[in-house]
Amino acid sequence: MYSLEGITKSIQDWLFLKFDPTLALAIECVIVILLAISLFAILGLVLVLMERKVAAHIQIRLGPNRVGPGGMFQTVADTLKLIMKEGLTPDKADKFLFNLAPFVVMMVGMLLLAPIAFAKNFQIWDINIGVLYISSVSSLSVIGILMAGWASNNKYSLLGAMRSGAQIVSYELSAGFAVLTIVVFTGSLQISEIVASQQTGWWLFKGHIPAVISFVLYIIAVTAETNRAPFDLAEAESELTAGFHTEYSGMRFALFFLAEYINIFIVCAIGATLFLGGWMPLHIGQWESFNHLMDYIPSSIWFMGKTFLLIFLIMWFRWTFPRLRVDQLLNLEWKYLLPISLFNLLLATVIAIFGWHF
Amino acid sequence: MFLKEYIKDVYNGVSSLLKGMRKTGYYFVHPKEIITEQYPDNRAYLNLAERFKGEVIMPHDENNEHTCTGCTACELACPNGTIKVVTKFEVSPEGKKKKAIDTLVYRLELCTMCNLCIVACPSDAIKMAPNFEHSVFDRTKLTKVLNHPGSKIKEGIE
Repeated sequence: MYSLEGITKSIQDWLFLKFDPTLALAIECVIVILLAISLFAILGLVLVLMERKVAAHIQIRLGPNRVGPGGMFQTVADTLKLIMKEGLTPDKADKFLFNLAPFVVMMVGMLLLAPIAFAKNFQIWDINIGVLYISSVSSLSVIGILMAGWASNNKYSLLGAMRSGAQIVSYELSAGFAVLTIVVFTGSLQISEIVASQQTGWWLFKGHIPAVISFVLYIIAVTAETNRAPFDLAEAESELTAGFHTEYSGMRFALFFLAEYINIFIVCAIGATLFLGGWMPLHIGQWESFNHLMDYIPSSIWFMGKTFLLIFLIMWFRWTFPRLRVDQLLNLEWKYLLPISLFNLLLATVIAIFGWHF
Repeated sequence: MFLKEYIKDVYNGVSSLLKGMRKTGYYFVHPKEIITEQYPDNRAYLNLAERFKGEVIMPHDENNEHTCTGCTACELACPNGTIKVVTKFEVSPEGKKKKAIDTLVYRLELCTMCNLCIVACPSDAIKMAPNFEHSVFDRTKLTKVLNHPGSKIKEGIE
């Protein structure tokens, strides 16, 4: 049976047969870079279209339906338009930082792609501190946003960037605690081991109440971290025009836009890995035939299905909830999410020590 | 007690958010609720809202009779001079003079569809119609006379 694992293995074998190991590794790196970039491009196109369609259906509208069958090529047309637009730089902007910022934001997304397991044994870099790596690199994205806001020389951009900074710094905490709950259960930071520990059942089901609470906390915190509604104060169209990317146009704006969706994909992929078993099929206890049937669905489809389920959940949030005020936003984090996640971590630790989880 | 209040707060917050998500989730899985009209495509079977305000018309019945008494309430109510009522006096067979409209001039290009004239009308002689394809090549065509030629007031309307 064809699997991504088999394909990568045969490519690697062929490369090492043909070239010397250093060159083969270099070629593999190039292939991985190309794959990552094309994944980004495809994800950008798909997710923007998905967002617009989901938004339309939630608001009882039809959404894009003119370009291509059912509006399928709407985002392709949008991208073409953005490529052809002029990329303006404001007169008194800090040119170097202004041009650098979108790439910093994109780079964070690319770095975060490294430890994610897309399918069984299909992972760019199975580092043994995967979760730590993810939580530390994801906090770098605030640098790109602050850079963009500061370099634009625009008060709205700066305000948006500052809000975004406050938001990401505070919500990082509860996201970190939510992730820690799963680390406590598995006892490992390595992504492949976390996935392997969910062979018998996903942590969302195995970990009793703490896992459920930390899943909810994680979803709330990452919604805030990716600056999406109801936490989109950094962009807040109605008050700050567009926040930190007000002054950006053309392809550099598109990079910010793409980075937003890439970040959503990545946090949802991590959420799916930690709480919903990554590429692990759904296994229910003793139902042997059911489990075997589930095993026939390829692991990459399981992973993508779970990730897109979480992405849909976050989109659902965006088009249902009203935006929070800045003080409400910080209240929610420091007075509600943080105490709850601390208490939840304690509960999870007790359960893990006594081995009460399944 | 503090903790009880705290838990209550969290519970109320979460349940109200879930209520909202239930509503939007319902809309998401029920495409028949979609109210978008794909206008030029469905011109033949356009489904407009009942309250749609496109232009002011004066309904006439089958005897070419309207219910406008010429009281000029609509003209007075109009904030931007869209309506001009030209009145005349009709002499009834008994020799009584009665006020009636000669023409009710309606200037569509000035109208903001604010509905104040319809509210002001004491005899429900005018109403809003759901027509919106008003574009013409000549501006003078937007000045309309609402009462049909040869129409007269319905019996019993004062």
